[in-house]
Amino acid sequence: MKVAHRIVLHFPPAATDQPIIYRLSKDYDLVFNILKASVSPQEEGLMVLDLSGEEADYQRGAEYLRKHGVQLQPLVQDIRKNDDRCVDCGACVGVCPTEALTLERPSMRVLFDPDQCVVCGECVPCCPVEAMELRF
Amino acid sequence: MAKTLEEINEKIRKGQVVVVTAEEMVDVVAEKGPKGAADAIDVVTTGTFGPMCSSGAMMNVGHPQPRIKLGGGQVRLNRVPAYAGLAAVDVYIGATAIPDDDPRNAVFPGEFRYGGGHVIEDLAAGRRVLLEATAYGTDCYPRREIATWITLKELNEAYLLNPRNGYQNYNVAVNRSDRTIYTYMGTLKAQLGSANYCSAGQLSPLLNDPHYRTVGVGSRIFLGGGIGYVVWHGTQHSPGAKRNERGVPMGGAGTLAVLGDLKQMDSKWLRGASFRGYGATLIVGLGIPIPVLDEEIAAQTGISDSEIAAPVVDYSGPYPERRPEVICHVSYAQLKCGQIEAEGKTIPTTPLSSYPRAQEIAGTLKEWIIGGKFELSAPVAGLPGADSGMVMGPMPDSPPDQADIGR
Repeated sequence: MKVAHRIVLHFPPAATDQPIIYRLSKDYDLVFNILKASVSPQEEGLMVLDLSGEEADYQRGAEYLRKHGVQLQPLVQDIRKNDDRCVDCGACVGVCPTEALTLERPSMRVLFDPDQCVVCGECVPCCPVEAMELRF
Repeated sequence: MAKTLEEINEKIRKGQVVVVTAEEMVDVVAEKGPKGAADAIDVVTTGTFGPMCSSGAMMNVGHPQPRIKLGGGQVRLNRVPAYAGLAAVDVYIGATAIPDDDPRNAVFPGEFRYGGGHVIEDLAAGRRVLLEATAYGTDCYPRREIATWITLKELNEAYLLNPRNGYQNYNVAVNRSDRTIYTYMGTLKAQLGSANYCSAGQLSPLLNDPHYRTVGVGSRIFLGGGIGYVVWHGTQHSPGAKRNERGVPMGGAGTLAVLGDLKQMDSKWLRGASFRGYGATLIVGLGIPIPVLDEEIAAQTGISDSEIAAPVVDYSGPYPERRPEVICHVSYAQLKCGQIEAEGKTIPTTPLSSYPRAQEIAGTLKEWIIGGKFELSAPVAGLPGADSGMVMGPMPDSPPDQADIGR
């Protein structure tokens, strides 16, 4: 059975100089689409990607990542909209490239759809009231 | 039939008043016509919840023992500089003030995460704020420095005193340049990639009283969740701005100076805000009731988003250089749909003023009035109108010569 997951990978400093994503593709036959990456040698790295393939391959690939100290996390946990802070102004909607943040019409309330979010982080500094939170 | 304000207040006292929000009034006028609406409706409530930089709080922090003269000294509230050029312990904190060590735009665009607006939000929320001050010391005020936590409850007086709020209409900001720009109108994408607007449109206070027939000095209003007053016309009040055939200004025009007891207010309606690359400010909740005294007022409060136009202005050149260029006008109905057309391009729109909160303010004010908690007040003086000749002038351009320096 085919599976597709949007995940966040946290690389420990020691793993950042290894061709881990290459191995995922080559050895486990997984298809990846990198949405965001911040990986520097000898620093903790972060990568957001879509990973798809056969369920069994995905599980083996995930095991390979864990063995190399790479933490896996479902993507939705990473950007949050704090509804206590949000004032429904809409400033974030204009900078969101994937329409994860939209205005519901005619109510003009701001909606956040985590499934559409690629954790680019644009909304975080753009939100005037710090309602968008980036969590690692 | 024309009504008086006193008759409306009598209805409020008797629990017979009929109140609708300016949004609801659009349908009432469409259905009954202005005359029918004037007969049926006594008060129309308005609301707006947007960033208003010309806002601040005046407070008296009490005298310590021994005394200190903050006037002429330096005062910080949560490290944000406050103005102390007043009597010993009167202090004014402005919404856009930022800590001395804030990096500002040194790493562009700066974040401006904490400023005067946030201090005001913290005070309104009942959170403690650190007051730190230095002074020069006098015989009667010997103390030279002080540091103490303060809370709103402990202040002798604290009131919001906003020199300019509630702009009657405003620009729609776009960016024709090739790079993203960071403005007080938010982040604007290059090459007309975004159009940001900032008005509640049909719910906005002064757009419902375009000729200032009922709103004036002394008008009782909703301010920051409490009761406040219009105390003067706001700075940059420009009643002579171009108007459409219904008398509605086609750009920024009238403004209001407002005041209200901060102790009654709620941090839900006073929110510190940060504009990336621009600065810190305060989002203010403001609502004004409009008494429907006659047919003309009914008609004007019934004006809808499709009948209010805002000017589209390029913030990458003409705005900073103060060139009076308007690309085109678009209606709030178009803006709220999510995209506008300008210069042959379809541009996605982004609001900066919260329409849902504006609705909530108008709704709250409506409940207050129906519940008999809020009576309307007659202005003691009007705001300068279109015939006053009042216009917003530029800064004088008279650079000092050598003989003036150091005088």
